[in-house]
Amino acid sequence: MIAQVTKELMIKEIKSYFKTPLGYVFLVIFLFGIGYLTFEPGRGSFFYMREASMSAFFRYIPWMFLFLIPAVSMKLWAEERKSGSIELLLTMPITVRQAVVAKFLASWAFIGLALLGTTPMIFTVSYLGNPDFGVIILGYLASFLMAGALLAVGGFFSALTKNQVVSFILTVVACFILIMAGSPPILEFISALLPKYFVDLFESLSVLNHFDSIERGVFSLSNLWFFAVTIFFWLFGSIILLNENKAN
Amino acid sequence: MLEVKDISKKFGDFQAVDSVSFKAEKGEVLGFLGPNGAGKSTTMKMITGFLNSSSGDAIVCGASVNDNPLEAQASIGYVPENAPLYEEMYVREFLEFIGKMRSLEASKLDSRIDEIIKMCSLKEVEFQKIETLSKGYKRRVSLAQSLVHDPQVLILDEPTDGLDPNQKHDVRRLIKNLAKEKCILISTHILEEVEEVCDRCIIIGEGKKLFEGTPKELKEKSEKGRIQDVFRVITTGQQVQGVAV
Ligand SMILES: Nc1ncnc2c1ncn2[C@@H]1O[C@H](COP(=O)(O)OP(=O)(O)O)[C@@H](O)[C@H]1O
Ligand SMILES: [Mg+2]
Repeated sequence: MIAQVTKELMIKEIKSYFKTPLGYVFLVIFLFGIGYLTFEPGRGSFFYMREASMSAFFRYIPWMFLFLIPAVSMKLWAEERKSGSIELLLTMPITVRQAVVAKFLASWAFIGLALLGTTPMIFTVSYLGNPDFGVIILGYLASFLMAGALLAVGGFFSALTKNQVVSFILTVVACFILIMAGSPPILEFISALLPKYFVDLFESLSVLNHFDSIERGVFSLSNLWFFAVTIFFWLFGSIILLNENKAN
Repeated sequence: MLEVKDISKKFGDFQAVDSVSFKAEKGEVLGFLGPNGAGKSTTMKMITGFLNSSSGDAIVCGASVNDNPLEAQASIGYVPENAPLYEEMYVREFLEFIGKMRSLEASKLDSRIDEIIKMCSLKEVEFQKIETLSKGYKRRVSLAQSLVHDPQVLILDEPTDGLDPNQKHDVRRLIKNLAKEKCILISTHILEEVEEVCDRCIIIGEGKKLFEGTPKELKEKSEKGRIQDVFRVITTGQQVQGVAV
């Protein structure tokens, strides 16, 4: 089903995360960062909650992703365009669509690995009590889906500019808006400007709302659809964008 | 083997390539000349399917780049301008990646890469990171990359640009060795190179084809045999004593 060229490019891209310090730096910051936030003896953290669950962990995931995902996605296309290697890539027998999908899947797999690296926390929790494993699995699913959505956004902004720093900043801003779309300050701001219909629409686009609902153990098909459509939409945008500006 | 038909490219209002046509056959090295900004790279990008043409088409081994880009691309080896590479990869690893992307059979990949490494004299740097290589080596890696799938048509965009005289010599010798079995389009603005490696040449200026013929014909236009004078007259329209075009 997946073409051979897509697979080969994906493998090369995954390997490339481990060829520069960026991949390792990311993993270290992510694992230590999320560990610190979860076990740090402050409000809402693991010990304070006094329950054997990973909800403290999952609560911080979106905020870790907000800054780390753009760092993973910023180079996807910006680097290829800056160095000109995009010309090498797209004159091989691969379509822009296949290349976009391959790079996206590779970055997603990399985040998947980072999430796998946090699984020792499951053992800690189950040593301390009797957690609901169904909820934990759904939490990981929600995290992974959210990572996919944010990576698709990041890939788009990486295709927009040759400058990785600009790509990073634009992605952080876009992801922040997407995550916060359902929060009261943003909704109030919008309802002052636009009719109620748009406010509801905006609220339904909130990544955080969908993440929360899965993470709480309420998994519905509409959540899955939301992430699938978001990913599809931004990948589609990247394809159009690259067809337009790959030569500039 | 390679046929370019009335190919044109507009960037907004700017006509970068204006209805350029030519043909090249197997065993032929066709020089693609013109001053900087003439439209050489743009034409090559359209032939390789990287850029869509505004009008016109290129036929590569029977496949139209417009209608069947993947098939056309499969018979092309391409060295883009400035020879971009994946700098963080090792030489051999990079060539293997290209081989896989070009759907070489896994069983033949190793021996093919060995062959290419030998052909392009890359043995000493096989396991070195590309970013640590000298310019001459990088250019050879780029050439190697274009040869992995043994394409019938080679498109080389200024493959000797920025190299020292010895490195230029090496690259030209490699190109001459390849010439017999392939059809090669090579862009350059180094005129001595044309005499040395090309069977035929095309000159373009401001996107239009201005001359097509052999280097000898080009040279004979000048009484003193000064090819650079002829080039200047053709591309700028200036008068130079002893040159009639
Ligand atoms: N992506 C682009 N957008 C706008 N103009 C371009 C683009 N690429 C090339 N050009 C212009 O087209 C002309 C031809 O460029 P090029 O094909 O690179 O010339 P050459 O390779 O012969 O030096 C130049 O004037 C260049 O500025
Ligand atoms: Mg050029």
